[in-house]
Amino acid sequence: MGEKMLMKGNEVIGEAAIRSGCRYFFGYPITPQTELSEYLAKKMPKVGGLCLQAESEVSAINMVLGCTASGERAFTSSSSPGISLKSEGVSYIIGSDLPCVIVNVQRGGPGLGGIQPAQSDYLQATKALGHGDQHFIVLAPAYVQEIATLMSEAFDLADIYRTPVMLLADGALGQMMEPVDFEAKKQRELPEKTWASCGHGNKRAHNIVNSLYIDPEVLEKTVLARYERYKQIEENEVQYDEYMTEDAEICIVAYGITARIAKTAVKAAREKGIKAGLFRPITLWPYPKKELATLADKVSKFLVVEMNMGQMVDDVKVATDCRRPVEFFGRTGGVIPTPNEILAKIEEMNGGAN
Amino acid sequence: MIEKLKKRITIICGHYGAGKTNVAVNLAKAAADSGRKVAIADLDVVNPYFRTADNAAELREKGIRCIVPEFANTNVDIPSIPAEFLAVFDGDAYSVVDVGGDDGAIALSVYKDRFEHSGYDMLYVYNACRPLTATVEEAIESLRAIEDMSRLKFTGIVNNTNLGGETTAATVEKGSAVCKALSAATGVPYLGSAVFKGIKGLAEQPALLMDNATKQLF
Repeated sequence: MGEKMLMKGNEVIGEAAIRSGCRYFFGYPITPQTELSEYLAKKMPKVGGLCLQAESEVSAINMVLGCTASGERAFTSSSSPGISLKSEGVSYIIGSDLPCVIVNVQRGGPGLGGIQPAQSDYLQATKALGHGDQHFIVLAPAYVQEIATLMSEAFDLADIYRTPVMLLADGALGQMMEPVDFEAKKQRELPEKTWASCGHGNKRAHNIVNSLYIDPEVLEKTVLARYERYKQIEENEVQYDEYMTEDAEICIVAYGITARIAKTAVKAAREKGIKAGLFRPITLWPYPKKELATLADKVSKFLVVEMNMGQMVDDVKVATDCRRPVEFFGRTGGVIPTPNEILAKIEEMNGGAN
Repeated sequence: MIEKLKKRITIICGHYGAGKTNVAVNLAKAAADSGRKVAIADLDVVNPYFRTADNAAELREKGIRCIVPEFANTNVDIPSIPAEFLAVFDGDAYSVVDVGGDDGAIALSVYKDRFEHSGYDMLYVYNACRPLTATVEEAIESLRAIEDMSRLKFTGIVNNTNLGGETTAATVEKGSAVCKALSAATGVPYLGSAVFKGIKGLAEQPALLMDNATKQLF
């Protein structure tokens, strides 16, 4: 174990990227993730890296495309409105089979919305940020420590599957401070980047990085091959966490910061004799469908808790084949639910206050 | 620590996340408990959330005047200092000024003349568990940068080294050692440690015992 530091979530994103060997950050400031740019502006030059403030989010994501095409690890970060701006670039990166990491420290929306924390980009992140047949991996940390491990995972997964990986956080997680240990990460075997356009030195045919296909048959084949990789990701890369689900009757499904608030509510419910539990998806895509289906055999009701209007509810319904009622409690627009509000909902589902 | 602060105004500065708001809020509460008329002013133009305003209700209950930006904790992303801030200079209350980290100290520079006229103590709050300021050299650099930015001079160093809920006596002592070296190198007096209540086995008597003033989400 390394020596623990007390860090803001946003700083940890930057430090974890550096420790993952990433030396290129292209971003544009936006609350509530600007500490990340600021941290990297100070730290990147010290490790021989580059922290570049682009003229816009659109430029930043396209700089990532160019950089990662050369085989270097690169990432960008923004908050909700800025992520929307990056959507075209992300689609091009997917279409070019390039790895990269994209960080979204979510705030309230739609539009400029607000600067307080939210989770209302769930659908955008997990269903389709950009155009075309596509997926990318979405990781949802709930702890500052988990940001460190998942950022490292994100770069590895991106390289292994040649895909963008999104770290989907929220303003609260970006701004809060917790102890963090950067040594606690798992090592993975990484493939060589034989596709990189980094100079062939007359020793091999030159590599082309491109997302335009003249022949529709070739494009279809390319998309199908990509979906084979998606299948592998769905089989191998699902991550989740469970708390007191063994005998749970009411099971909360929540991710990110909301899962921690829900956990407090579960503890309080248990103290009142209500058998509550918590299922926390860590990968939002691939979604832990099988695990939720298994859970549906045991629990009697699900309660989805999010900082949005219920964007994950359908995923739980689909995963469980609607075999159990799925209810929802959420706050949105930058309002953070309290443990007591969630507890009240659990009590209501349990047939009234005990 | 209060007995060492002779001036009517205490400015709380330091690097990002050093725990300035915790120190400021607890210092104001301690002063109010000792029977003084107290005001606390939130001069943080950096942090969007987790700020003094989170404690306003509790502080006001203790009779502490809270001067917080009108739009603190709303969606207004523009740092603004309320006109009421001038009460720090014109009033007669013991006033704690909570300043934003690092560059946030620029908000002080506007009031340089007024601070000098009224007299002030300025505390460098330090946490050795924070990145970018973990070593004595980095701490010196950060302390001097804040002085340049604020156009004011530090009069004391406070060790607030902590790892949140994982803080032990060893954590605190790691920080006090750095603070002493920082004091020796800069000539700014070391005033002791600000420590969360309940930390056992401390070698030194804490200069300020603190409740955690950070808003708890769960």
